[in-house]
Amino acid sequence: MFDTLQEKLEGTFAGLRSKGKLTEDDIAGALREIRLALLEADVNFKVVKSFVATVKDRLADEKVHEALQPAQQIVKVVNEELVALMGTGQSKLTFSQRGPTIVLMAGLQGSGKTTTTAKLAKLLREQDGKTPALVACDVYRPAAIDQLKTVGAQVGVPVYEQGTDKDPVEIAKWGVQQATDAGADVIIVDTAGRLDIDEQLMGELVAIKKAIKPHNVLLVLDSMTGQEAVSVAERFDAAVAFDGVILTKLDGDARGGAALSVKSVTGKPIKFVALGEQLDALEYFHPDRMASRILGMGDVLTLIEKAEQAFEEDEAADLEARLRKGQFTFDDFLKQMKMMRRMGSFKSILALLPGIPKEIRNIDVDERQIARIEAIVLSMTKEERGNPDLIDGSRRRRIAAGSGHEVQAVNQLIKQFGEMKKMMKMMMKGGGKLPPGFGGDGGAGGGFPGLGGPGAGNMRAGGFPGLGGR
Amino acid sequence: MRDWNDLFTGLDAGSGSATAAAASTTAAAEREGSGRWFSRFKDSMARSRRAMSAQLVVGAFDPEDAATWERIEEGLIAADVGVTSTVAIVERLEAEAAAGRLTTAQDLAAALRRIAAELMRTEQSDRIDITANPTVVMMVGVNGTGKTTTIGKLASRLGAHGHGVVVAAGDTFRAAAAEQLAVWAERSGAEFVRTHDGGDPGAVAWDAIEKASETGAGVVLLDTAGRLHTKTNLMAELEKVHRVLERQLPGAPHETLLSIDATTGQNGMRQAKEFAAAVDVTGIVLTKLDGTSKGGIAVAIAHELGIPIKLVGIGEGVDDLQPFDADDFLQALFPDDLLA
Repeated sequence: MFDTLQEKLEGTFAGLRSKGKLTEDDIAGALREIRLALLEADVNFKVVKSFVATVKDRLADEKVHEALQPAQQIVKVVNEELVALMGTGQSKLTFSQRGPTIVLMAGLQGSGKTTTTAKLAKLLREQDGKTPALVACDVYRPAAIDQLKTVGAQVGVPVYEQGTDKDPVEIAKWGVQQATDAGADVIIVDTAGRLDIDEQLMGELVAIKKAIKPHNVLLVLDSMTGQEAVSVAERFDAAVAFDGVILTKLDGDARGGAALSVKSVTGKPIKFVALGEQLDALEYFHPDRMASRILGMGDVLTLIEKAEQAFEEDEAADLEARLRKGQFTFDDFLKQMKMMRRMGSFKSILALLPGIPKEIRNIDVDERQIARIEAIVLSMTKEERGNPDLIDGSRRRRIAAGSGHEVQAVNQLIKQFGEMKKMMKMMMKGGGKLPPGFGGDGGAGGGFPGLGGPGAGNMRAGGFPGLGGR
Repeated sequence: MRDWNDLFTGLDAGSGSATAAAASTTAAAEREGSGRWFSRFKDSMARSRRAMSAQLVVGAFDPEDAATWERIEEGLIAADVGVTSTVAIVERLEAEAAAGRLTTAQDLAAALRRIAAELMRTEQSDRIDITANPTVVMMVGVNGTGKTTTIGKLASRLGAHGHGVVVAAGDTFRAAAAEQLAVWAERSGAEFVRTHDGGDPGAVAWDAIEKASETGAGVVLLDTAGRLHTKTNLMAELEKVHRVLERQLPGAPHETLLSIDATTGQNGMRQAKEFAAAVDVTGIVLTKLDGTSKGGIAVAIAHELGIPIKLVGIGEGVDDLQPFDADDFLQALFPDDLLA
C-alpha cells in the first residue's frame, strides 16, 4: 500500500535528515517532493494543493529552519497533517440502540461490494460479537446473488434473497424484515454496482435507502481509482449521504491516494480497508497508522493488534522463555507457525511491516509451503523434534518418505532450522523483548525455513525471523 | 474518426457478390453506428472538457503568468495523465511559448494536442494485423476491466466482416465467465471453445487453435481470467498460456491486448508495466470511457511505456467498441475553447 508514496517521502526525508539545518530551498524542495508523491499516489490535486499549503504554513509558523532537528520536525508536521486529513481516531460503525443495525452497501461496478459485504459480516461477528445477516439486492449482474450466497455460506451468515425477478427496493424491505424476525442484530444489504451518473440506478439506491432507513450507508471504492474517486464519492454522497468508505483492493500495489482525498473532500471517513481475497482480509481503518505508514514508519500497530488476537499470552510467554534458554525445538517451531497462521496469510503480515522492500512485499508466498513444512515436521518422531541432531541420513529418508517429500527438502529444513536457532540465540542475548515469530532488530539472514520455494525467490533474505529488521 | 480498416490489416470487406449487399449494409450501419458513437464519445468527453476548462483561466493565454501554467498542469493531472507525462508535455509547451509560438488560447490547445499526439506515438504499430491464418489474439488484464465484453464485441465485429472466429473461454476461474462469453459467441456466430470450471487455460488455448485449423477460422480470440498484476503466481500462469500458444503455433499470439479501466489512476501504469513484462503486450484497450473518467492514463502508458492504444470501449453495446483515434481522443481532451 502506498509503496511509491512511502518510498518518495523516505527518499526526500533521507536527504533532509542527512543535513543539519534547512534552508528555504530545502523546504521548497521537500514540499515539491511531497506534492509529486501525493499526485502520483492519485490523491486529488485540489487536496494535494491545500495539503502542501497547510504544511508550508505550519512550517513557516514553527520556524522550523531555526530548530535543532528541522528535518524531524517536517516529518512530524507532515505526519500530523496526514492524520488530520484522513480524519482523527478510528471510525466504527453506528450501532442501533433499539432493534437491528442496518448497513447499506453502495458503489461503482467492480469495486468489490459483494465480497466486502461478506468480509464485513465476518469481521462484525468475530470482532464485535454480532449476529449478522445479508440481503442480496443485486438483481442485474448475472450470478451476483449466487456469489453472495456462496461467500455468505463461507463466513457462516444467512443470506436472504428473492431471485432476480423482484424489485430491489422490495427485496431490501422484505430481507430486512426476515432477518430481523430471525434475530439478526446487524443486517447488511448488498446492492448492484452503478455508475454515479446513471440517474435511474442512483434513484433506485435512494429508494432502497428510504425503504430500509439504514444506520450506516457505506461506499465501496476501488483503491486503484484515479482523480475521479473524489467526484464519484461526491455524487454518491449527494444521492445517499453515505457515512463512510470501504477502500478495496489495497493488496495490490495501488497507492490508494483516495484514502487521503475522499475524507478531505466529502468529510466522510474511511471506515475499513480490504487487503486481499481471503474473507478475513478486512480491517478497521486507522488514519494514524496509515499516516505512519506513508511516512515509512510501517503499520506496526496493526501488526501488534493482529498478533495480540492470534497469540495466547501464556503460549507466547512460554515460547519466549524457551527461546531465551535456547531450547527452541521443532515442536516450538510448529506451534509458532500455527500462531502465525492465525494472524492471516503470510503476505498480509508482510504488508504491514516497515522497511520491507516492495520486491519482497509483492512476491507471492505460496501458503502451501507452510503446510509442506508442517508435514515434514509432523513426520518426525517426538525425540527427533526435540533433538534435531538425532536426525541422520536414514531418518531423513524416512521423514522424506513419510511426508511425501524429497530428502533435499528435509535437509534444507533442518539446515535452516539450525541457522534460525543460532540467530535467535544471538538476538536473545541482545536482551530484546521478542514477540514470537518476529526478530527484533535482527535484520539480516535467517529466513522462515523452507519458504524459499518456487515463487518465493528472495524470501529468505528478508525472511523469518528478522522480518522486523530495519 | 478512425475506420476499422485503419485498425485491422487484412480485414475482409465481405468480398464476393453473395455477400456484397450484406457488406454494404454492414458498412452503412457502421457509418451510422460510428456517427452515433462519435457523438456519444464527444458527449462523455464534454464532461472532461468542462472539468478541464474549469481549471483553466478564462481569456487570453499569457505565457508569463505562472498561475496559468499551474492550471494547465492541474488540468492534465486531473485527467489522470500522471506527473511524468504532464511534466513532459508542459516542458515542451513552455519551450514553444518561450520561442514565441504560443500567443492565444487556441494556439495553446492546438499545441497541447500536437505534443500529446507526438508523445503518444509509439514504435510499436498501432494496427492489428490479422493476415496470419489463424491470427491469435489474447486478452489480458486486471479483474473487472472488461476483457470478456471486449472479446465479445471483437468477435461480432470480425464476424460482421465475414471472418471465421473462434472464441475461447480461457477464464476458467470466475464463476459464469464462460457462460457470459458463450452468449457473445452465439450472437456473433463464432465457434466457441471452453473447459470445465477451474480447468487449465493453457489447454483451452491449445483446443482453440485446433478448432481454428479444423474449421478454417481465421481469427482466434482468447479470453483469460482477470488478475492483479502483483500476484506472481497468476502472472506465471499467464506466461504459461503465452508459451503454450507460441509452441503450438509459431508467431502466436499475434496480438496481446491489455484492457485498462479508464477510471484507473496511476496504478494503470503499474498494470501495463507488469503485464507487458509477463506477456509482451502489443496494445491497450481503454474501457469504460462512458463514465466521467478522462482516460488520461492512456497518454502516460503510450508515452512512458511505448504501448499503443488500439481500441476504446464506451458502453455495453456491440458498437461501443471502436478503434482508438488519437486525434479524436485528444480533440476531446483539449478542445479549442480550452481556456474559454
